[in-house]
Amino acid sequence: MKFGVVVFPGSNCDHDTYHVISKVIGQPVDFIWHKEEEIDRYDAIILPGGFSYGDYLRTGAIARFSPIMRAVKEFVREGRLVLGICNGFQILCEAGLLPGALLRNRHLKFICEHVNIRIERTDTPFTSACATGQILSVPIAHGEGNYFCDQKTLDEIEREGRVIFRYCDAQGRLTSEANANGSLNSIAGICNRERNVLGLMPHPERASESLLGSNDGRIIFLSMADSLREMLKLRA
Amino acid sequence: MKVTSEILEQHNLTVDEYERIEQLLGREPSFTELGIFSVMWSEHCSYKSSKSHLKRLPVEGACLVQGPGENAGIVDIGDGWCVAFKIESHNHPSFIEPYQGAATGVGGILRDIFTMGARPVAAMNSLRFGPIRDQEAPDEESRQIIARNRRIMAGVVKGLGDYGNAFGVPTIGGEVYFADCYSLNPLVNAFALGLVRREQIFYGKAEGIGNSVIYVGAKTGRDGIHGATMASAEFDEAAMEKRPTVQVGDPFAEKLLLEACLEAMRSGAIVGIQDMGAAGLTSSSCEMGSRAGTGIEIDLDRVPQRESGMTAYEMMLSESQERMLIVAERGRDRQVLEIFKRWELDAVIIGRVTDDQKLRVIHQGEVVAEIPNAALTDEAPRYQRPQQPVAAAAEDPGPKLSSALKRISEEVGTDTPASLMTEVLRRLLASPNLSSKEWVYRQYDHMVRTNTVVYPGSDAAVIRVKETRRSLAMSLDGNGRYCHLDPRQGARLAVAESARNVVCSGAKPLAITNCLNFASPERAEVMWSFSETIDGMADACQALGTPVTGGNVSFYNETEGRGIYSTPVIGMLGLIEEAKHTTTQWFKEAGDVILLLGVTLADLGASEMLSVVAGEVSGPVPQLNLQTEKAVQQACLSAIREGLIRSAHDCSDGGLAVALAESCFSSYRRNSIGAQVDLSEHAKLGNLPPDLQGRAALLFSESPSRIILSIKPEHVDRVKEIARQNNAQCLVIGRVGTEQLKIECDGETLIEAPITSLENLWRTTLASHLDRSV
Repeated sequence: MKFGVVVFPGSNCDHDTYHVISKVIGQPVDFIWHKEEEIDRYDAIILPGGFSYGDYLRTGAIARFSPIMRAVKEFVREGRLVLGICNGFQILCEAGLLPGALLRNRHLKFICEHVNIRIERTDTPFTSACATGQILSVPIAHGEGNYFCDQKTLDEIEREGRVIFRYCDAQGRLTSEANANGSLNSIAGICNRERNVLGLMPHPERASESLLGSNDGRIIFLSMADSLREMLKLRA
Repeated sequence: MKVTSEILEQHNLTVDEYERIEQLLGREPSFTELGIFSVMWSEHCSYKSSKSHLKRLPVEGACLVQGPGENAGIVDIGDGWCVAFKIESHNHPSFIEPYQGAATGVGGILRDIFTMGARPVAAMNSLRFGPIRDQEAPDEESRQIIARNRRIMAGVVKGLGDYGNAFGVPTIGGEVYFADCYSLNPLVNAFALGLVRREQIFYGKAEGIGNSVIYVGAKTGRDGIHGATMASAEFDEAAMEKRPTVQVGDPFAEKLLLEACLEAMRSGAIVGIQDMGAAGLTSSSCEMGSRAGTGIEIDLDRVPQRESGMTAYEMMLSESQERMLIVAERGRDRQVLEIFKRWELDAVIIGRVTDDQKLRVIHQGEVVAEIPNAALTDEAPRYQRPQQPVAAAAEDPGPKLSSALKRISEEVGTDTPASLMTEVLRRLLASPNLSSKEWVYRQYDHMVRTNTVVYPGSDAAVIRVKETRRSLAMSLDGNGRYCHLDPRQGARLAVAESARNVVCSGAKPLAITNCLNFASPERAEVMWSFSETIDGMADACQALGTPVTGGNVSFYNETEGRGIYSTPVIGMLGLIEEAKHTTTQWFKEAGDVILLLGVTLADLGASEMLSVVAGEVSGPVPQLNLQTEKAVQQACLSAIREGLIRSAHDCSDGGLAVALAESCFSSYRRNSIGAQVDLSEHAKLGNLPPDLQGRAALLFSESPSRIILSIKPEHVDRVKEIARQNNAQCLVIGRVGTEQLKIECDGETLIEAPITSLENLWRTTLASHLDRSV
């Protein structure tokens, strides 16, 4: 299996994500420059966090026009895995691969801190190793992470079980205080209908080694590796 | 051009200095040349008032690879890895335009790091503002000042955060203080640190006659013209008119510049490189030539320009951000241009290295400036400015303290020591200086790059070095109050505290960088205070074995005749040999034993307590014995390295009671926890009397050279033994546990409070003042 971490101008969690895939979960991984149009040799693509194009205009609004995004759309159609973390989630929303948008945080300030997120569904390739209701301590670091969509979309993603992570307190309760950025329904991460594209605002790659305080986020990458192994077995 | 006194004044040059320019050139300067001299000879660029003093700092040490004089200092941390680090002030621009002023301060210091070939991996900042609390505003005028202070603080913090966050460097620590004298002169000192392989270090040298000089990065505009000159004069009521001298930052361009520069450096085609910071194209070209003993000739028509019709003068003095000057090996310049093109940045050959040791500037086919490099650098004026000693404050703070304590007793309607001292502790924890700085650092991405092992809030911030088993600890420390009252002692204390902070995190102190913030050097008492600071810093650095790798001097922090406290800020770098030795200030588990290294004396002069309860900044500054300091630090570090220490916390601002409370407060994945402390034995070491003053000193004195440790009960004997071997005092003072902080002495309760209520006060202070009508 092979992972690809896309590097947009302004990506700044690309090295961190690469480090976790290669050193922590020990899988092959390449950086992919955003001008690449040929990504067929990869099994999973990660759009990392950062400030692609400086977040100018609107977060993710310019990156969606990068040449690689056409290839990513094709990649998604083929059923392969795409994970968007933080700015990667914002880009996926701008590109129409996930519904909704990330607005400015409720109190209008950038927030960097550890939060708790609750696993809502384990029937995705990104959470298959998790338990429903499991609580992960992972950091957020964003100014625009306040998930928003229209009521119809919200009803739809809730009904279809596409909300994968919600902000919660240490006991798993959905409180207003635990929902620091003010997201609708405490949404921290969602997937597409086919469940092969996932976007989340928290940074699992920053919580994958106990030396850094938490390794709770590692389970997301481990789930991906497990799922890819299964998928590759099936394909073979 | 006729040079009038008006023109000289606009350029901040004296008549004597102008005569020296004519003498050095052997003719009248052109207008462009006059501009070039004015920035290069400005205090900011030339260090003309400070240079003779800076020579007294110790700049040698076994780990030192590069001392002062380059863009950043460099220290060897083993396994072929080096650390480049530096601190720089951006005080003046941050007052005029807080957001951009602070943001470009971060941009500038990051470029100083990556111009050495190092990838920035950590940032910190040291900030000082005027008061932000309504209760400090008795009338309408002061209400406006306080509202402005809040706006400045909010803008500065957002500016620092937005730039560092987008660039992708974690901002992992620093300090924030408040005092009246910073109302019109906020201090914004930005620190950055980067990692570089020893063989990949780059220098700002224009070597190789005939090599190409390449301009890379953002286009040149009219922003920031005379920024360096602006930062070399005091402000008056028209300061806001200087707004156009503040540059505008673009962290996205800086991030691209970083990646492109590091890639170009790896290609081997680059000979030398320098950031265009203060005095932009001028300083980068003449300094690179000067260091290499060569000259540089540039053609301004080739410089990428953002605006049309710019004159040579404007282009040479522009301080547009995110630009670098590169000298590339002849024949390989195309390779460099290609790399920058891929990162969608301008890169243009604008000149070449010459053999005549001059800076030659061509504009529209004409030579508009031709100046020997030495005239701009080595031959710049040096001043031995007059000094006037100020007697160190010696007034006994006792009487003022007594009456303040009496007043508090009346206010809270009690006179038992327990309720009185607990009330004082509550006021201290809720004071902006001592309160949690979470409001600030929550706005900084302090985790990007996944190296941050100790988050902001402990004694020192710690990052791991992924490529090795080592970690780096770093701390910024300064105390304006101490330095104001006794500059020499204040500087010694700042160095000692910064070293103690990195020791408490498990690191051996290696070297320092410093940022010296002062009022006008043209006032003799300020110059004396500067000189005293240098001697104090030199003394402490010598004793602790931490050489000075460089830094920055910021004079003229003065508005309408009112200057700041002399505020030297020390940035200490420490090395943790094994990541597992990393230690934090927070108590870990009920049942652990609390020990105190060091002795508490009656050091309430100049203390935070005196300032909070009596509104007084006076009295004798605590005395520092460097031998005692070393003994305490060595004892702490040895015990940490033996794996015996569960927490270590330096006692400083606010004294022992505040430090104990801080160790109890909650931290990531650990709830708050109480402590039961008995100081009867410890009080005897310092001969503190059992009266109210003695009790206050026991709890709030700021005697240096003290560290609170917590350990497992079975290690008490061994840790005491280690302290004995190092000649450090060490007594058991209590146990971790319960939900109260309780401090007793001789059977009398001095402090008793639920830890959650203390923490709540401490944690919410800044937000309660800042998250309103900012």
